[in-house]
Amino acid sequence: MNARLLPYVLILPVTVFLCVFFLYPFALVAQQAFAGDGGFGLENFRHVVSDWKFPISLKNTLLLAALVVPVQLALSLLMATMVTRMEKGRDLVLYIWTIPLGISDLAAGLIWLAIFDQSGFLNSMMAGLGVIDRPVSLLNYQHPGIVLAAIALAEIWRATAIMLVILVAGIGLIPKEYYEAAEVFGASPWQRFYKITLPLLRPSLQTALVLRIILAFEVFAVVAALGGTVFPVLMGQTYELQFALNNSAGAAAMALIILGISIGFTLLVLRVLRVPKGARI
Amino acid sequence: MTASPINTAQVRKSGRFLFQASVVLLCAWVLVPIYFLLINTLSSPETVASFPKPFWPEFDLGSLSFFANFAGMLKALKNSIIVASLTMVMAIAFGAPAGYALSRFDFRGKETFRVLILLTRAFPLPLLALPLAVLFIRTGLDDTLFGLALVHTTLAIPFAVLITFSLFSGIPIELEEAAWTLGCTRFTAFTKVVLPLIAPGIAASAIFAFVISWNEVFAAAVLTIENRTLTAFLLQSLGTSPLHLKFAGGFILVVPALVFIFAVRKYLFAMWGIANR
Repeated sequence: MNARLLPYVLILPVTVFLCVFFLYPFALVAQQAFAGDGGFGLENFRHVVSDWKFPISLKNTLLLAALVVPVQLALSLLMATMVTRMEKGRDLVLYIWTIPLGISDLAAGLIWLAIFDQSGFLNSMMAGLGVIDRPVSLLNYQHPGIVLAAIALAEIWRATAIMLVILVAGIGLIPKEYYEAAEVFGASPWQRFYKITLPLLRPSLQTALVLRIILAFEVFAVVAALGGTVFPVLMGQTYELQFALNNSAGAAAMALIILGISIGFTLLVLRVLRVPKGARI
Repeated sequence: MTASPINTAQVRKSGRFLFQASVVLLCAWVLVPIYFLLINTLSSPETVASFPKPFWPEFDLGSLSFFANFAGMLKALKNSIIVASLTMVMAIAFGAPAGYALSRFDFRGKETFRVLILLTRAFPLPLLALPLAVLFIRTGLDDTLFGLALVHTTLAIPFAVLITFSLFSGIPIELEEAAWTLGCTRFTAFTKVVLPLIAPGIAASAIFAFVISWNEVFAAAVLTIENRTLTAFLLQSLGTSPLHLKFAGGFILVVPALVFIFAVRKYLFAMWGIANR
């Protein structure tokens, strides 16, 4: 076959597939969201935003992201630097640390339900320590703080691995010579981390944060497993609009709102962590 | 101020101890919650609801057999496997050629294509399920496993393209060129030289696509009604199902993840290294 045409033939299936199942549905969702009685309008948005649950679920989603993402960033940076310094047992430790990468958010929610449930392990431990003598129901509307903590812990537990993998791969790309030179000039481990690792890791940090923040706004199954109706989030509201309320136009509007927030934060991350041209490795 | 040699040795020793302790602690942070789920899964339904909990499994298969006998559960498990397998095949069949094209050719529109691929990663893709639900009703794909697999393939394709791109880039083009001079066509050079080298990597990215589909909750719950997958089934029965059913189901969801991550562990970092750039 003609070598000039071959690459186009090879990328054709993916392109067609993405046009049909990615670009076209997005056009559809936008059309559905903006469609009103009199053609084009913002009625659907007005409708979902004026729902009393909307401000709470928006606040909850943002709060959760604000709690979880910084902890995950710190934790994954710590784990990634630890891995690079490890000699013995590196592969085993990396395997263990990346296990949550393969675990679905629903399963993660159920795992933490086993801990926070009324007959769960947290209660059993507290009883063993003599703090309580009867099991306490922790995941209900009387303890919104505990519900939030349980969801945040489950999210941190589940999704730190994806950032870890990206950061470990990124650290692997930094030339060893920089560290050797820094050591020759007497830089402390902390200085090496702060002056070499962090700045050179910026592209990976960018990728990790963007991916993580988008996932944070999509949080759904963990919340469904742990918080139920106590802790409404945007994605859960979208699901409810579609099914419980049979309002797919409203669900489409919610989808666009989530999309808008995701894009906003993605741009913010890209801007804050931008890598100047010529500073790439 | 200079520290005496004994002091530095001591500091180094305690530093190493601290380091190892934190490694162990972080491993426990990952493993202990999974162990708790294992205890619950291997306990009788009565023990799961009892208090206080034992901290070791009693190796009772009551919960698991309840799970297996629960109406619709095995079918949901089968559906999950079918959808994930379809996703795996489609993601690789569509994605791998594109990955090869990206690594071997410079062509007009290459950058646009890459942006399209990267763009899909920047969108909350499960939301696609909403408009597609309507579209599928019109085309008769609603509530079919194939329809769901199509959506899951959209989720998996960006990864398949980027991963295979990085894998193909790791194989020198000179190997192919040598095969051409020895009388291979482009196609036979690919099947005889590149394919054997790339096969394990392709398998790893196929497994990755499988896991993406296996774990997906939102689109599965939106698009299936009669033919629910395991995640959709568990999600929709969260409010009504007993605890031991939830935990056994959760455990069944986790097991393939453990195996799969183990199988692809060598490729995990190679995959992400290039996907970054």
